[in-house]
Amino acid sequence: MDLCDYAAYQLVWMIKRKQVSACEVLESTLRRINAVDGMPGQIEGDRNAEPDKIHAFISLTAERARRQAQQIDQAIQAGEEVGPLAGVPFTVKDIFCVADTLSTAGSKILSNFVAPYTATPVARVEQAGGILLGKVNLDEFTFGSSNESSAFQPSPRNPWNTSRVPGGSSGGSAAAVAAGEGCLSIGTDTAGSIRQPAAFCGVVGVKPTYGRVSRYGLIAFGSSLDCPGPLARNVSDAALLLQIMSGVDPHDSTTANLPVPDYVTDLEKPIKGMRIGLSPDYFRITYVDAESGELDQQPIPDDYRQAIYRVAGRLAEMGADIVEEIPMPHTKYSIPAYFVISRVEAASNLHRYDGVKYGYRTQQAVNDLREMYRKTRGEGFGLQPKLRILMGMYVSAAQYSEQYYLRALRVRTLIRRDFEVIFDPNGKYRLHALLTPTTPTTAFPIAQVYGDSVLMQFADQLTVAANHAGLPALSFPCGFDSEGLPFGAQLIGPDFSEDQLLRLARNYELVTESDQWRKRLPPILRNV
Amino acid sequence: MTIEYEAVIGLETHIQLNTLTKIFCSCKADSWNDPPNTNICPVCTGLPGVLPVLNKAAVEKAMLLAAAMNAEIQPISYFDRKNYFYPDLPKGYQISQYNLPIARGGYLVFPMPDGTERKVTIHKMHLEEDAGKTKNDFGRRLIDFNRCGVPLVEMVTGPDLHSADEAAQYILRLRQLLRWIGVSEADMEKGHLRCDANVSIRPKGTSILNPKTEIKNVNSIVAIRESIQTEVQRQIREVQAGHPIESWTLEWDEESGILRKMRSKETEADYRYFREPDLLSLEIDEQWKNEVLSTLPELPLQRRARFVAQYGLPVYDADILTTERSLSEYYEAALSAYQGDPKRVSNWIINDLLRILNDLAISAVELKITPTYLAQIIRMVDDGTINNTTAKALLDKVQSSGKEPAAIVSEEGLAKVSDAEALERLIAQLITDNPEQVANYRKGKTGLLGWFVGQVMKQTQGKADAQLARSILEKYLAE
Repeated sequence: MDLCDYAAYQLVWMIKRKQVSACEVLESTLRRINAVDGMPGQIEGDRNAEPDKIHAFISLTAERARRQAQQIDQAIQAGEEVGPLAGVPFTVKDIFCVADTLSTAGSKILSNFVAPYTATPVARVEQAGGILLGKVNLDEFTFGSSNESSAFQPSPRNPWNTSRVPGGSSGGSAAAVAAGEGCLSIGTDTAGSIRQPAAFCGVVGVKPTYGRVSRYGLIAFGSSLDCPGPLARNVSDAALLLQIMSGVDPHDSTTANLPVPDYVTDLEKPIKGMRIGLSPDYFRITYVDAESGELDQQPIPDDYRQAIYRVAGRLAEMGADIVEEIPMPHTKYSIPAYFVISRVEAASNLHRYDGVKYGYRTQQAVNDLREMYRKTRGEGFGLQPKLRILMGMYVSAAQYSEQYYLRALRVRTLIRRDFEVIFDPNGKYRLHALLTPTTPTTAFPIAQVYGDSVLMQFADQLTVAANHAGLPALSFPCGFDSEGLPFGAQLIGPDFSEDQLLRLARNYELVTESDQWRKRLPPILRNV
Repeated sequence: MTIEYEAVIGLETHIQLNTLTKIFCSCKADSWNDPPNTNICPVCTGLPGVLPVLNKAAVEKAMLLAAAMNAEIQPISYFDRKNYFYPDLPKGYQISQYNLPIARGGYLVFPMPDGTERKVTIHKMHLEEDAGKTKNDFGRRLIDFNRCGVPLVEMVTGPDLHSADEAAQYILRLRQLLRWIGVSEADMEKGHLRCDANVSIRPKGTSILNPKTEIKNVNSIVAIRESIQTEVQRQIREVQAGHPIESWTLEWDEESGILRKMRSKETEADYRYFREPDLLSLEIDEQWKNEVLSTLPELPLQRRARFVAQYGLPVYDADILTTERSLSEYYEAALSAYQGDPKRVSNWIINDLLRILNDLAISAVELKITPTYLAQIIRMVDDGTINNTTAKALLDKVQSSGKEPAAIVSEEGLAKVSDAEALERLIAQLITDNPEQVANYRKGKTGLLGWFVGQVMKQTQGKADAQLARSILEKYLAE
């Protein structure tokens, strides 16, 4: 086990006591990156290059990281107070602006954009002593669930099996964390983009309550759904990172002006008496039959189902009450409603990439402004942004808005109401959390789903409802399938219940600490 | 038989609020005379990842305007995105309000010069951000983002105006109101108050609405009057010639006084409005509303009416005294210090003080002649301490020195010379020094009395009590 494989909370403890230096931790991490990551993603890069590497990064900022690590070490040597993440190497999904670094959103249209300011959550982590390793890959503008849509290729691969996708859109974050390329990563979740890759890569990912973490500096996709959140190898590290990221921000008026509870101290408090729900609506996938247009249903694979029920069993062992047959009747409409709402917001959010002020501009000769717009956007955007712009424009057009967009907003309210019923402390169910599989399947093979935008979207079916409702949700690893790919369990809780979700997940870690599956390492790490 | 036509006019106004900072970021809002792209930041230039944060001061100014326009301030309103592409719109959408704006309803009743009144209705009031400015420069397009994010209120009138004069009067009164309540500098030349006019005609006495044309870029009172007049006459000619009116968009060329066609057909653009997800709903509770509206002053037309009713002033005086809020306040302060005839104070202000204000291009609050000083000066004239000529000169002396008028009068000995003994001495000398004139007078040229009085005034620098001097002179000359 190398230094880079330690937990963040352990490293902070060791660094502050001068048992190791921040520089040593950083160098160990850089060696790991050098060993497993391969070439970084680049514009017009070869999709199939180095198929046995991770390719988590778009830009590695090693020198900047070295300067930061030296400062931490100097501060510690001088006996100065250092932050709660002092010396912990972390990565940032390349959807966040970080001053003086390339901030590409995984798109050609921002491939040359150097941000002049730093996103609030990133600034807070740096302020707390975190060492920024660089920017990691993602689906273009976060539009995807596999990372394959990035304009920067090769795109990330799953450390547990490099022929599989890492999930997405925070695939670079999840893959990096899983492979020891930084203990922590800051991702974003619009429909499951933190939780799904966390599940696929066997790490912990938290989508906080909408408004818990500032979006300032997050390049927007679906503004009413986007949430920055932590990815980490264990629950304690995720809690530590979330603690730093959270809280009201004068630059984001949608942040909640509520005190942030201590996520770390009470992690191991018992969970006796907490009520955990299981809903049949989260053990099946609803999809639209392409021929008939009817809604069809399919159960999630049996092994996945059993894995989640085993989690329920272990939580029950620790005193939680498991409540079955929780009705979540509107879950099946989450994806169609998401299709509409996210695309309307995305189309509008992508308006600003016009080649006028920054980013890519067509190199071709143009006769007028409109032609400059058309060529710039035609060349700069990949397939996913184009599809989303087209659909977003269509469903928000004056003559269709009522039929699609406004209707989708009403569906969203119904989805939120499902949760209000089950979390109502005076209601019939009085749940503290709903326990579900994070994803309908384990990590799928590269190129299997990519290209089918509709099918790809169903990877988010079990996660997106929390985004609609603005609720916190957490994914944590809970075993492996027969092919050695991680299962992810999801907990969804009421508004601002991150502390409870983290505590439940940490208790599950404690009770499964000596399980055999906990000892597994991603195959790619066996020879480093 | 000739049909008589009347114009049907609606005005769309954009009012720049005079907040210190922009509506969604902390950049300086007023960039007049600043070099291009100096008052900008990531937020107002729409860089990736930025978010708007609503400026409370802009909301409060919009609330004041709403109340002044008799509009209903909405307890909850929303911001929406108006999506379109333009280089000086850096986000590709304008944050505006759409179906649930900050205020609804509203009207303004204003007087016409002939004394009759007109009422203009307002359907709704939007709070929104301004775009930047694009300038064509020999085939290049230059963009200045300074104006991006400057707070605007959009206010559209009903089709309630029926002549170019009415339209001009409305804008005049609106401008007065905006300055009065302190929400906008309302300088049309600087674009603080922008106006587009929708114009159609119909046979007088009918209530139909015919196709209208829209005149853009009418940014002075004169331009409003002239462009609408020109367009109404054109429409009448077209209709009389049997041509239909088409929905053109026209541009007023102020220099040459002609209307140019910008677009022939108004294709309704689809802005794909939807709620701005980056801002919360704007909630205005009773407490906040009451706090803000408690600062709303008496409005200009109300004060004008009160000056007539309470002080018995002619409408002419009341209108001038209420042109600007500070002047009207000056008047009342002076009047209360003077404790006398309201018309007398009005005369002094209109005849003398306005000249000083105009010469110095300042407003009444900036005067060094405080209302108390003015009252003191009028009093000194009333009780005969100084004469009118001295009083007028005294105004300028007070304004340039800032000293109390009474102090100047005593320092410079400006009080009237009404000491009979001193005058007699002076006049006796005058008689001795001018035997020729005395002789002529005594021969019957009594008109020379005026010349003698003039000599006395000259020697006393105008301070002599002219009445007294005259009677002493008559006595001496008669001998």
